[in-house]
Amino acid sequence: MPATISQKIKIAVASGKGGTGKTLISTNLFHTLYQLDEALVLVDCDAEEPDDLLFYKDASAANFNEQFGGKEIYDVKQSVPVIDESNCIYCGRCREYCSYNAIFLLEGIKTIRVIEDLCHCCGACSYACQSDAITTKERSLGVISRFVTGTNSSIIEARGKVGVYSPVPVIKAAVKAAGDDGIIILDSPPGTSCPFIQTVAIADFVILVTEPTPFGLSDLIQSVETLKTMNKNYGVIINRAGMGDDKIYSYLTQQKIPLLLEIPFDREIASLYSKGELLVKHKPEWRAIFMEMYNTIYSIHRYGNSSNQR
Amino acid sequence: MEIAVISGKGGTGKSSISAAFATLQERVVLADCDVDAANLYLIFDPVNDNEQVYIAGQKASIDYNLCTNCALCIDYCSFDAIHLKATGPTSALKRVTIDEISCDGCKLCTRVCPANAIIMTDNDKSRMYSGTFRKGYMVYGRLAPGEENSGKLVNIVRDRAKKIADEYKIDITIIDGPPGIGCSVISSITGTDIIVVVTEPTISGLHDLRRTIELTCGFNSTTWVLINKFDLNREISDRIEEYCSQNKILFAGKLSFDARVVEAMVNCKSVIEYAPDSAISKEISQIWEKITHYK
Repeated sequence: MPATISQKIKIAVASGKGGTGKTLISTNLFHTLYQLDEALVLVDCDAEEPDDLLFYKDASAANFNEQFGGKEIYDVKQSVPVIDESNCIYCGRCREYCSYNAIFLLEGIKTIRVIEDLCHCCGACSYACQSDAITTKERSLGVISRFVTGTNSSIIEARGKVGVYSPVPVIKAAVKAAGDDGIIILDSPPGTSCPFIQTVAIADFVILVTEPTPFGLSDLIQSVETLKTMNKNYGVIINRAGMGDDKIYSYLTQQKIPLLLEIPFDREIASLYSKGELLVKHKPEWRAIFMEMYNTIYSIHRYGNSSNQR
Repeated sequence: MEIAVISGKGGTGKSSISAAFATLQERVVLADCDVDAANLYLIFDPVNDNEQVYIAGQKASIDYNLCTNCALCIDYCSFDAIHLKATGPTSALKRVTIDEISCDGCKLCTRVCPANAIIMTDNDKSRMYSGTFRKGYMVYGRLAPGEENSGKLVNIVRDRAKKIADEYKIDITIIDGPPGIGCSVISSITGTDIIVVVTEPTISGLHDLRRTIELTCGFNSTTWVLINKFDLNREISDRIEEYCSQNKILFAGKLSFDARVVEAMVNCKSVIEYAPDSAISKEISQIWEKITHYK
């Protein structure tokens, strides 16, 4: 792909099982793509355990645009209801409207509470209340931060607050702050539930990272089934190749899923990763491998790949 | 006694260790609470005698025979899930459309709709299974892709496990928890006696461990840290041990990297079953003794 053409693509790096190497792939792919000289953003969407910045210790904090407060850190907030008991008539209408059991009411002794951890901030209770007894207050769910790592490259990190039930609003904010232009890499949260879906939903291509073990295969199948229903282009990276068994390869052939890359199980790679070092910096031969993979992904995105169309 | 095995970071070997702990017992109740990616059934091949549908909330959709396209629902939706969208790629006609992925199932749109044109449908693809396996009883949940409330499904799995433990008078329940520190982790550790946090000697392992400990501090369970594959980076392994001793966190022990753990998995066994006399199996059983006999 000639670098003179401005490239626009969102690539999600995901896996059903945790610890397969999403962060390894995201951080190394990001560094490799510096050479394209395109606008480049890495979004760490694993808001429960964000780790990408550990690999970019020299990244410097930078401001968001005005839409996200114009500062280095943007607080992601939600409005939770507050009940004004002087107006409340304990009618129970708000409890009836709440789909999350977040309103606790004992009519007999006139006691009403909002259980903030269960509240999804949908606003149904405020709509339900006919006595003007519900106002709102803001609650912080976490923060997103922006860091610059090179002339055209930046990292946006989503970091959920410990003890907050769902990281989804923080992930959404981070993804939104990354904008729409250039190359965007989304390091996704593990699993196939809400946080995963929110991240891959906006991606043009999904890289599924797995390992050749029964656990890895079982989780891969679940991720693939999910992506099929979402009509996404995707491919697979097998990490720690050489351990486990080879059932995963027959699955990929049978399903006609492109195998993008194999990374062998190698103590040196494991050791570099453990120290927060980038593979492509210490073993430059990997830079060409990652670049070639990116070119494959970009051409599947731009021109399609018959083996990957359902 | 309920023992939860968790790890902030994924892939640290939590499920392999849960499986090993389970196979050290005469009889055990094993609850796989990693409902996003339940895996232990692959090793233990349980015979299920009970399957329950779990309703993971609802999704809204529009009945276009009734919808007047007034767009009032768009103003009320807090999840940015309703938009005016063209009916086809070349069509100029725009109609109110609900994005299923963003819909949180709060039902507010059905309440505000003057035409009663919005229908709620149950998300009914998730399941809870329970049954028997070679070491006792096993309960696990499988959350259908894209569904949330996994914490609730974890609660259902744990309730079922508790009932089985009471009914068959089984002392030990082992909970294999999910990665992360969110809702389903909180549900997996609430009210347990012991929490084992499995970590690995990487800087991300250490970083995630700190966040996990911050979470477990709020619980009354006795919390232990176990370093898996410690010899992949002895320096960081030492730093984790140091972090534990400085913060007065109980240290369960460390296990070396051993390919037999993966070989065991490939053979549908725990490492205790696959290589009972190996050093790693002995270390795991010592750790088990240590954490369950701590006063």
